[in-house]
Amino acid sequence: MIEIKDISFSYPDADILKGVGFTAESGEVVGLLGNNGAGKSTLVTCLNRIRKPKTGTLTIDGKNAFQLGRNELAKTVAYVAQKNELTHTTVFDCVLLGRKPYIKWSVSQEDLDICSRIMDRVGLLDYQMRYVDELSGGELQKVMLARALVAEPKLLLLDEPTSNLDPKNQYEMMALVQEVAKEKGITVITVIHDLNLALRFCDQFYFLKAGEGYSYGGIETVTPETLQAVYGIRAEVLDVKGRKTVIIE
Amino acid sequence: MEKKQLTSYNQYIKRKWAILIGMLVLLLAACVLSLSAGSANLRIADILRTLFGGGNRQENAIIWNVRMPRVATAMVVGMALALSGCVMQNVLRNPLASASTLGVSQGASFGAAIAIVYFGAGIQVNAGGAASALTVTSPTIVTLFAFLGGIATTAVILALARFRGTSPATMVLAGVAISSMFTGGTALIQYFADDVMVATVVYWTFGSLGRAGWSEIAIIAVLSTAAFGFFFCNRWNYNAMESGTHTAKSLGVPVERLIVVSMLLCALISSVAVAFVGCISFIGLIASHIMRRFVGNDYRFLIPCSALCGSILLLLSDVVSRVLVAPTVLPIGALTSFLGAPLFLYLIVKGGKRK
Repeated sequence: MIEIKDISFSYPDADILKGVGFTAESGEVVGLLGNNGAGKSTLVTCLNRIRKPKTGTLTIDGKNAFQLGRNELAKTVAYVAQKNELTHTTVFDCVLLGRKPYIKWSVSQEDLDICSRIMDRVGLLDYQMRYVDELSGGELQKVMLARALVAEPKLLLLDEPTSNLDPKNQYEMMALVQEVAKEKGITVITVIHDLNLALRFCDQFYFLKAGEGYSYGGIETVTPETLQAVYGIRAEVLDVKGRKTVIIE
Repeated sequence: MEKKQLTSYNQYIKRKWAILIGMLVLLLAACVLSLSAGSANLRIADILRTLFGGGNRQENAIIWNVRMPRVATAMVVGMALALSGCVMQNVLRNPLASASTLGVSQGASFGAAIAIVYFGAGIQVNAGGAASALTVTSPTIVTLFAFLGGIATTAVILALARFRGTSPATMVLAGVAISSMFTGGTALIQYFADDVMVATVVYWTFGSLGRAGWSEIAIIAVLSTAAFGFFFCNRWNYNAMESGTHTAKSLGVPVERLIVVSMLLCALISSVAVAFVGCISFIGLIASHIMRRFVGNDYRFLIPCSALCGSILLLLSDVVSRVLVAPTVLPIGALTSFLGAPLFLYLIVKGGKRK
């Protein structure tokens, strides 16, 4: 179980996060929702100590993750950034990099086996020797997901994993994330802007408004009132073919 | 299926090992070529015999006292410059970074000039003041001042990168400005110095591999080897840095500390190299770019291959400088710039086409 408690972060001239917190179970996908500038990406980067929060704790299975060493934290919390700098390296090497917290002097057979298994799982089998700077957006996001998964984390942080993808790849990516989370018992916290994608693939919804938590809960918390308060938009939440769907007026 | 996948990865890694071994063989060949180049017309068989203790007195004197120090200097200086370029490009996230493009070499050169002219590190002039007989009398002081000059430049670059978040292009422009400032400073020192000192400083700026003796070679070798050890131990951290600082941090890399320590080591080895042989441009910039074409951005192989490539390039440049208009030895710094710039342009054009 993941427990995030009282996370605050500020720059000298502005408070970005003010006492944010929620809990999530293993295998759950939590959607972080809110306007641009609400603090979603900042929260994600605070959780793996890329940014150091002013206050707050992250507890994973009863242990305070913020007290872990650098490598131990990297083994427990994996991260896929919003923008990835592309380098001229093969898919296999890129995925293998995710094992960095485990690699001491040289790469072990276990490292190679885990990379192979994960690449197989996410459908990268035919791409292993291709260079990442030659891949399409959808393929690249799979590589980034595989790199995060080979660390065998308990918490997976995704910062807008579908922002540069076409609708087909968006759905495929989120379906893959949901499946892997359930299979491996990983809690996923993902920043996401597409409300219908979130409704389809997230189990919990955390709405952030100006650095503060507005609401948290299951699909029932996604209501026209919440969307009005958080995004300032008029929208309806309808049942379409048995699925909740947001239609913006 | 998994096994098949691992087989092709293992083959790919074996190819990189083959490239590394190939570079070692090329280095040995370049050493022998460099030992054979010169006015004494020694054949390769004579050189190999002398190296294994079978040479006559004259051959021993030529090989061990004249050519071998030069070869050793080229190897360690080439390695130092290439290593610093390779690592600077990584930690500054800038493919144009190197000691010479960022002004570190010019800063070190300025420091060395101050040490020579004002702090009695002086120059010993032999045989009627011939430029080729100039040697530094106090390498420790020159090294210290060169390091201070190099480190001052590094501090400015680090501050720009850290506090102003400068883009790669701006950082290189800042390097141009810093280089220009130090070149101006060196010119002022020359303006106020006496004739011998002016000649000395001007000669200094040309760069020469014949300047360093065994003690200087030992200093550069020890420092470069130590820096290589640090860089190689951090090869996975540099691999992670290639994906951006956020990803690197999330993979457990102590990003800020890595940048500062790496830059200080790069400044140290490139400054010491400059202090003993003068400004040698482009080796640091192009060695790693050449090797990236063969081993990609995998720092497990890129670091040792770049070091070897730097040594090979400087050895070959030295051979060209000695044989092109023999018996005159061309200034190595001018030659590396002259040959390095077109090669770099070629790499840019080829890189552009590939993309």
